[in-house]
Amino acid sequence: MKKVAVVGYAQHKILPNAGALNEVELIMPVVHKVFNDLGISQDDIGFTCSGSCDYLQGAAFAFVEGLSAIQTSPPIKESHVEMDAAWALYESMLKIKMGDADTALIYGFGKSSPGNLDSIISLQMDPYYISPLWPDRVSLAALQAQILLQQKIITHDEMMATVIEARNNAANNPNALLTDHVSEDLYQADSLISSPLRGFDCPPISDGASAMVIASEDKAFEFTDNPIWIEGIDHSIESSNLGSRDLATSPTIQNAITNLNLKNINFDVAELHTQFSHEVPFLRKLLNLTNVPTNLSGGPLVGNVMMCAGLDAIGKTFQSLVSDQSDHGIAHASSGPCLQHNMVVHLERHK
Amino acid sequence: MSDDQAPKDYKESFIHLEYQYTAGSATTTFLNQVKEGRLVGQSCPKCKAVYVPPRGSCPRCGIATSIEVPLTDKGCVESFTVVHIPIPGNPIVPPYVCAMIRLDEADISFLHLVQDIEIDQIRIGMRVQAVWKPKDEWTHSLENIKWFAPIDEPDVDVSTLRFKPS
Amino acid sequence: MNDSKINLLEAPFELSYKYKRSSGPVMSKFFEGLSQKKIFGTKSKAQKVFAPAAEYDPDTREALTEIVEVGPGGTIESWSWVNSPRSHHLLKTPFAFALIKLDGADTAMLHMVSDCDESDLSIGKKVLPVWSENPTEAITDINYFILES
Repeated sequence: MKKVAVVGYAQHKILPNAGALNEVELIMPVVHKVFNDLGISQDDIGFTCSGSCDYLQGAAFAFVEGLSAIQTSPPIKESHVEMDAAWALYESMLKIKMGDADTALIYGFGKSSPGNLDSIISLQMDPYYISPLWPDRVSLAALQAQILLQQKIITHDEMMATVIEARNNAANNPNALLTDHVSEDLYQADSLISSPLRGFDCPPISDGASAMVIASEDKAFEFTDNPIWIEGIDHSIESSNLGSRDLATSPTIQNAITNLNLKNINFDVAELHTQFSHEVPFLRKLLNLTNVPTNLSGGPLVGNVMMCAGLDAIGKTFQSLVSDQSDHGIAHASSGPCLQHNMVVHLERHK
Repeated sequence: MSDDQAPKDYKESFIHLEYQYTAGSATTTFLNQVKEGRLVGQSCPKCKAVYVPPRGSCPRCGIATSIEVPLTDKGCVESFTVVHIPIPGNPIVPPYVCAMIRLDEADISFLHLVQDIEIDQIRIGMRVQAVWKPKDEWTHSLENIKWFAPIDEPDVDVSTLRFKPS
Repeated sequence: MNDSKINLLEAPFELSYKYKRSSGPVMSKFFEGLSQKKIFGTKSKAQKVFAPAAEYDPDTREALTEIVEVGPGGTIESWSWVNSPRSHHLLKTPFAFALIKLDGADTAMLHMVSDCDESDLSIGKKVLPVWSENPTEAITDINYFILES
């Protein structure tokens, strides 16, 4: 099967409230940016796939309206996932590997500001045993944090260091939403939302969009001198029965380590779709990344566009490998409560 | 299935979500004009197609439609359907006519009502004009137009209303 | 393309749906049990007990049909204290979400713990259910759990 490379990526500046922009007005600038960077147009794209969730903004068929940002004449091959756009990337990559296309445009968009994200996430849970109790996304994440702390898999200090580092890294990310420095004192003084998680441990409500172009080995060098190859990509999901999961570990991450044969790779950079501070040291330890620069973009703690932040982790890893001329990057995307569903992507720049 | 036939274990499950919906710039600009009784579309700088209501893009070319195009409130019926079934939450009493209205100079049509005519007289190509509510009732809504009513002009051959070639 | 000077239009919008949902044979037994102040789980061939009653074992994919009573007491496996309940939360005073492993079960149930202080809580503490006086055959037939005195 053909190898597939990421050749371009663009991200909208992450906004606290993109009310002045409808989905078309959010998506179009990033699609144009990635096309302009590569000197291509929709005519060069064989397959288009997006990721979004209409319930976030409460606009029925926003994902259909969003397609108005894309040139659709002549008609295009197109698909959509009601998931993070990282899974749109996965579908697009399969399409290329199957030989159905040589190039793909992936985009994701999310507007969490118009609705109540806590309620929406509650309603996406098991409607019999869980939703009627209205657990919010922070409280669910906190249940995992509590277990990780109690079993000494992570520490409070690591959570605090993650927050401080995320804000420091955000200073280098022009699209970050939160860039204010957080001191240890400020962190300690912050109130607990759902213990043990403070406000600083949680991602900000964010609006935005991102776009990526991938290409087969036949096409990649026509678009760029710096293709970054998708050397491996793996995702799996655990049971939706939250109480039957062992939250102190992640069998889906273990699957990816085995399936992608990650054990002996020295990664230069990592971007993890870690929405809460405790998830960073947890995943770094599971993935053996404690000495690898992680979330140099600041990660989701400084801007967390729902349905997009997973694709952003892959896009930021791509950008790091291109700009640093380094060899191996690892990116992670996640979905569901307490890291239920995880995707791991191994990106490589061939010398 | 009537309620007495429903299995015993069926339970009502109520979903309720609250939003503060924001219109975005193209829709805001359009509705600000509608509040003043004007219909203003946007045209594509490349293919010149005119969109009303505008969403800020030309989906054919994939580019922004920044040029504003004032339009008349006259047009024709591009297609229509007679609605016979009441729709929950809809205050309009059936039967009534839902029509695709193609305004003059526009390249797309939008859905609205057609009234002031017997239902069996409505036909594709019929010329219509907007019937506006009293000015003091105008808001940021296409409901400022009560419906479209026939006008005494010759029918249009809708097969000539092709989307402007690119 | 976006004019920052335009006076942005926005409006409140409510989205409501009323579904009729079937709980199926296994969960129906669990909910019937709750209305009679009993908590049921399901037992696999390997004697693993899932509570609340699960329809299948996610590890072996075995369909689970053997109903067993568990609890009503249980043990806190994890918890998160909500000091300022948000608008959608059912309890209006400080409470904890908790994963509770009911006595006799091998998996945990998500529910709430209340009528205590945060400092009283820890993993391993024993809890008991507080039952609703107006059961509707729903997970909320347990109002919340309290610490065993």
